[in-house]
Amino acid sequence: MSITEPTTRTPSGGVWAEVQSSAEFAGLRRRLRTFAFPMTAAFLLWYLLYVLLADYAHGFMATRLAGNITVGLVFGLLQFASTFVITGCYVWYANRRLDPVAERIRAEIEEGRR
Amino acid sequence: MSVLAQGTGGNPALNIGIFAAFVAITLVIVFRASRSTRSAADYYAAGRAFTGPQNGIAISGDYLSAASFLGIAGAIAVNGYDGFLYSIGFLVAWLVALLLVAELLRNTGKYTMADVLSFRMRQRPVRTAAAISTLAVSFFYLLAQMAGAGGLVALLLNVKDKTGQAVVIAVVGVVMIAYVLIGGMRGTTWVQIVKAVLLIAGAAVMTLWVLGKYGMNFSHLLDGAIRRSGSVGDKVLAPGLQYGKTETTKLDFVSLAIALVLGTAGLPHVLMRFYTVPSAREARRSVVWAIVVIGLFYLFTLVLGYGSAALVGPDTIKKAPGAANSAAPLLAQALGGTLLLGFVSAVAFATILAVVAGLTITASASFAHDVYANVIRGGAADDKAAEVRVARWTAVVIGILAIIGGIFANGQNIAFLVALAFAVAASANLPTILYSLFWKRFNTSGALWSIYGGLFSCVVLIVFSPVVSGKPIDRATGKSPSMLQGVDFHWFPLDNPGLVSIPLSFLLGFVGTVLARDRAAEEKYPEMEVRALTGAHAEKAVAH
Repeated sequence: MSITEPTTRTPSGGVWAEVQSSAEFAGLRRRLRTFAFPMTAAFLLWYLLYVLLADYAHGFMATRLAGNITVGLVFGLLQFASTFVITGCYVWYANRRLDPVAERIRAEIEEGRR
Repeated sequence: MSVLAQGTGGNPALNIGIFAAFVAITLVIVFRASRSTRSAADYYAAGRAFTGPQNGIAISGDYLSAASFLGIAGAIAVNGYDGFLYSIGFLVAWLVALLLVAELLRNTGKYTMADVLSFRMRQRPVRTAAAISTLAVSFFYLLAQMAGAGGLVALLLNVKDKTGQAVVIAVVGVVMIAYVLIGGMRGTTWVQIVKAVLLIAGAAVMTLWVLGKYGMNFSHLLDGAIRRSGSVGDKVLAPGLQYGKTETTKLDFVSLAIALVLGTAGLPHVLMRFYTVPSAREARRSVVWAIVVIGLFYLFTLVLGYGSAALVGPDTIKKAPGAANSAAPLLAQALGGTLLLGFVSAVAFATILAVVAGLTITASASFAHDVYANVIRGGAADDKAAEVRVARWTAVVIGILAIIGGIFANGQNIAFLVALAFAVAASANLPTILYSLFWKRFNTSGALWSIYGGLFSCVVLIVFSPVVSGKPIDRATGKSPSMLQGVDFHWFPLDNPGLVSIPLSFLLGFVGTVLARDRAAEEKYPEMEVRALTGAHAEKAVAH
């Protein structure tokens, strides 16, 4: 994997355009975007909710749940948890749904089958 | 306790000894790494031969700067929950890098951020703009680290006069230049890895130690923090102490939070690390490792921050030289005496050294690869030995500028300088990166509007913000917390410009694109998109 000769010849613009308009590539793009875009929107909104609560709802965030553990602390730790979970989901998704297709198209281009 | 109260920092000789050992060991590693540094790909991208986990740990090393380690622990110790807010923004930000940037950037670029931004644009103007914003972000970040070094010296080596501190800043600068010159990216990466492992290990031991003192019960630890916080009491458990004062400070916090979460994926020294691995898949693994390591570290700082409030006390911390920044070292001293303090001090120094080296190699790569090879020589020197020679000279110049800047910035607020670097990265870099990767219509004019607009609006808003002038005089110190004393020309109410400059930059990128009617960049979009998503003809690892 790490020992590869520099690529000899890169394809012309026509090849790239042809690949880009293929159904297989369109599928890859759709798979990436349908995961990455909504997920980005979701975690940014979730983060923004947290920021606004921390900023404007001090009383709520100071509510104690057990001992000295406050709502704010739990909310903060949930941001950590959601970050770890989203990371795990993306890796799972990319390994199964993105990499095989990307690999196939890459091989086709680099071996000059297009 | 009397020694703690004075904050004399234990045994300076021991602190210096442990730090010198770190420098000696890392220099040996850097020399070994230099043997296989021959080409530009070696110097800038470590031959693209690091594995994902190695690079992920190195990214953590780059990211967990002194501001993170000392700054966040100190902010939690002094301001309670509000200090924790920083770390959440710093962590969540990595999802932007993971989902939208890291892999696509690795597939389309070669050495620098500008490689991606200029891929389908007119080379000279876009590379120049990207290099300027790279240098600006790196320089602000560099200043923050060097200014931090001065404060740290006061605390840890008991060097209190400005001349002595200047000498130490110069020594840090010289060692850093040596790392970069000798080891290039490969050597610098190993320094980051060694430092990150030491930092995480040290923080983990201290975290368990603190929790152990409270029967592994975090709630009991918080009890201790509340008891030592005097009149503030249980307010340390919830947000509001630092940012909840007025409506302006609340809005300022929103602005900061946005800059933090969008800044990371635009930091040039973080982006450049994605080129040190052989493939996009390894770039993804790098980010995953970085998220896990950085996340764990921030959880540790939560315990360490409240731990230093409980075991050292906020009042003692505020009075120590270096103020809030001294919380973690003082906690180390309270736990393990001078030996643990020595270790933590050395790690803090190593942190500054490693981050500064990472920034320097990024800035020098941007100047040599983007400005010299592609703008001045029009691509003729691309990848040649001349380009690496220019990069090495640039590293020396940047190193010297960092030393001088660091001496002048000594005593400036570190967190502010870092927040500024994030704001510039989020405004000048991120919108352009996202547009050029995902928006077919985006063109040269849009890129220039967005980069220069983001950079310029950021800097102007900061110059006319309360950070530079016009904050009311603090009764305790008799000085205004603003950078300049005795003048007031501020009209922008917030400390952080992100709330205005980031949306503005997105808007300018859009308007600039639409107005220009330049469709040339669309012709290369198929190539860019196919490369980005599939990795076809991406730069391969160097064979040695």
